[in-house]
Amino acid sequence: MSNNILDIKEIFKVYPDGVIANRNVSMDVQENSIHALVGENGAGKSTLMKVLFGITPYQGGSIEYKGSEVKFSNPREAIAAGIGMVHQHLMLAPDLTVAENLILGMEPLRGKLFLDADEAVRICREASEKYGLAVPAEKKIRDLPIGVRQRVEILKALARNAEVLILDEPTAVLTPQETDVLFKTLDGLKAAGKTIIFITHKLSEVTRVADRITVMRDAQAIITRDMDDLDEVKIASLMVGRKINTERIPAPVKIGSVKLSVRDLKYTNSDGVEALKGIDLDVRSGEILGLAGVEGNGQTELVEIIAGLMAPDSGSVTIDGTSVLSLTPRQIREAGLAHIPEDRMENGVAEVASVEENLIVDRYYKPEYNTRGRLYWKLITEKSKELIKKFNILTKSSKTNVGSLSGGNIQKVVVARELTSNPGVIIAAQPTRGVDIGSEELIHNLLKQARDEGKAVFLISADLDEVLKLSNRVVVFYDGEITAHFKDASKVEDVDLGPYMLGIKKEDAASGKMDS
Amino acid sequence: MEKWILKYFTLIRVMIALIIGVIVTILMIYLISEYPGESLKYFFTGPLASKGRLFNILEMAAPMIFCGVAIAISFQADQFNLGAEGSFIIAAAVGTAFAVSTNMPALLHIPLVLIVAGVTGAVWSLIPGILKAKWNASELVSSLMMNYVAFYFSLYLINSHFRDLDAGFLVSLRLPETAVFGQFITGTRMHFGIILAVVAALWAYYFLYHTTSGYEFRQTGYNKSFARFGGINIIKVIILSQVLLGFIAGVGGMSEVMGIHGRFLWQGQPGYGWDGIIVAIIGRSHPILIIFSSLLLAYLRVGGQVLNLMGDVPAELVNVIQSLIILLITAEAFLGQWKYRITRRQAEREEAAK
Repeated sequence: MSNNILDIKEIFKVYPDGVIANRNVSMDVQENSIHALVGENGAGKSTLMKVLFGITPYQGGSIEYKGSEVKFSNPREAIAAGIGMVHQHLMLAPDLTVAENLILGMEPLRGKLFLDADEAVRICREASEKYGLAVPAEKKIRDLPIGVRQRVEILKALARNAEVLILDEPTAVLTPQETDVLFKTLDGLKAAGKTIIFITHKLSEVTRVADRITVMRDAQAIITRDMDDLDEVKIASLMVGRKINTERIPAPVKIGSVKLSVRDLKYTNSDGVEALKGIDLDVRSGEILGLAGVEGNGQTELVEIIAGLMAPDSGSVTIDGTSVLSLTPRQIREAGLAHIPEDRMENGVAEVASVEENLIVDRYYKPEYNTRGRLYWKLITEKSKELIKKFNILTKSSKTNVGSLSGGNIQKVVVARELTSNPGVIIAAQPTRGVDIGSEELIHNLLKQARDEGKAVFLISADLDEVLKLSNRVVVFYDGEITAHFKDASKVEDVDLGPYMLGIKKEDAASGKMDS
Repeated sequence: MEKWILKYFTLIRVMIALIIGVIVTILMIYLISEYPGESLKYFFTGPLASKGRLFNILEMAAPMIFCGVAIAISFQADQFNLGAEGSFIIAAAVGTAFAVSTNMPALLHIPLVLIVAGVTGAVWSLIPGILKAKWNASELVSSLMMNYVAFYFSLYLINSHFRDLDAGFLVSLRLPETAVFGQFITGTRMHFGIILAVVAALWAYYFLYHTTSGYEFRQTGYNKSFARFGGINIIKVIILSQVLLGFIAGVGGMSEVMGIHGRFLWQGQPGYGWDGIIVAIIGRSHPILIIFSSLLLAYLRVGGQVLNLMGDVPAELVNVIQSLIILLITAEAFLGQWKYRITRRQAEREEAAK
């Protein structure tokens, strides 16, 4: 026990909305090790680390760091004590250079007033050399790929003399290749005497780099132990309490005609960045087309244009042969589109509205639900109850506010609405992000079922496992372009997609068209 | 018990804010007054002491209900329109002008004058609505500015064209008999407009919670992106919400003229648009609750008047109380810790029950 650098004991944390995120969680971290903190989304991993880092207050338990009890009331105190954290969403100023970001808050001054830019670059280079993390000191953050930005964040923590480094889902935004580089970095840091805690829900990563592991499930720590002989299957069963299914679904039997067709779609955003550089793709009835790619490469824009939420510069979008570009979102829905949005709290639901109010937003105006503007609440409640039952939504009643449900159940509300509007085309953007395994399986099954019923399903996901599990065709997106088109997804592995996702490789005249 | 507290938390919070307001009032009266016991009696029981004062409360509440309901409708659609004041007064002025220039039987005259006033208010309120919908100009700023335009235009209209030269002061011509509400309880100024105000509140409740348009309003208010995503026409909601606001506030303005004064006599801004905001906030933008918050504010005002008249405390005391109550109600963090503790205990208890 003497080599424990951190001893977290019985942490209890309730959020103001009554959700218990940590239920007497204990975990010890040995000095100079790589410690994996794994669990499903919503298991309480990030909360535990926020507690440790002083971001969020907690109600019970204690933290011992280097043998003495500590309680950080803000991140500054944690940093001063030698704990660094790299957040999932990187916290860098995009318009500053790497060196400027690195010295933020500890700026070297010239004449006590002016920033010493040369000294900043020197500090940056020195740190970079010391830890073997190559970063371009004088380049602006916005011009760097995400993997390098992350490296800057890590270096930033190290430059503040961090001995314990917390990484919150560092690989979520990385390609397989970038992940490899990150893991080499972590090994190097361990060799340099640092302690690393990294949060993940990807098990292959754990078995690759971790020395020790803590598994969390349902706000509790199930186990903390050395990796030894633990393999992915064993960890997975600890994580979910049962086996998860990553097996690919069988290929579609009957593929019909093209339902959704996008041609030469171009869009330049308000910053002047070409978000879409002429996209062509088709989705046929009875198939699932998967779109793989690191987020922020134009996927969001593509989906929002198809759904009528923004207008492109040029190009065409047709659903069942009708052009939908000049139509309103409602008209597009009536033309047969259903849309599970990427950001469910922004677009998918109104948090303060009830479950039933959320379930009818695309249909309340239809004659079935009202006469001359008077809503049939009784009927709406009845129908909502049916949907709640059918889609297994866990809620106290149909009048409960959606915001008080768990992430998985909120997503089920969205899915229940979108899949029951009798659509011909379904766009599913990040359909299982942040939901529990049970809901994930349910949603996957529903998408498969929709496919088998002859609907055209367009799946956009940053989770490669999900794309490969469900799709029969895959296109890869990079920098507003389609860089590859795999017509038979069953022959593709995630590593095959990596180079295309990074833009290292590009097929000639790649598009998602079926006639090409 | 704790579950019950959580369920009705917002209501309880309003109640506690009111109680604190009352306590502060008592303290202030003790500080200011020479004979605090008497003053307290004037303030709290004074409004209820006679039939006249009791009905004073009702007649004072009527324009507050109109404006409060009008504002609540736009609040629910997440429009912060401050134009109730402008619509109120310009509708009263144009309605008065129309009433004194026309001649017809009462059965036709009264509804027609009210409609003219309502439409005037609606058209006036439409302007910030269009500016918002077309160019995303803040309705808060434009409606506020337009209140002044409305006020001075109304003065011009009445003082230059419909002034009663025989009255000896700046007022409009008297409304013809066919265009005034009867006062149906003798010895009071109880008039048909008070009933109309309650009807407006009931209608607004029905509209917001039982119609497709009301549903559109509320969803837009809850989350604009969600409403748009679901196919709701947000532009329509923005414009329609301001039109309704103007219409109801306008009818409220005309109903004051027809029920209480019999002529347009404001030479300063009457301030009912602002009272409307106060009662809408206290009533959490719920039309039915606004009836009660209006009665409460009217009760405090009448209490202040009685105190001013009989005691030695100025009526402005009421302003202090009303600001304090609003402050406590709108400060989201007020009692937030308390709620948090209860939520936590609940969560722990449910935990233990598992």
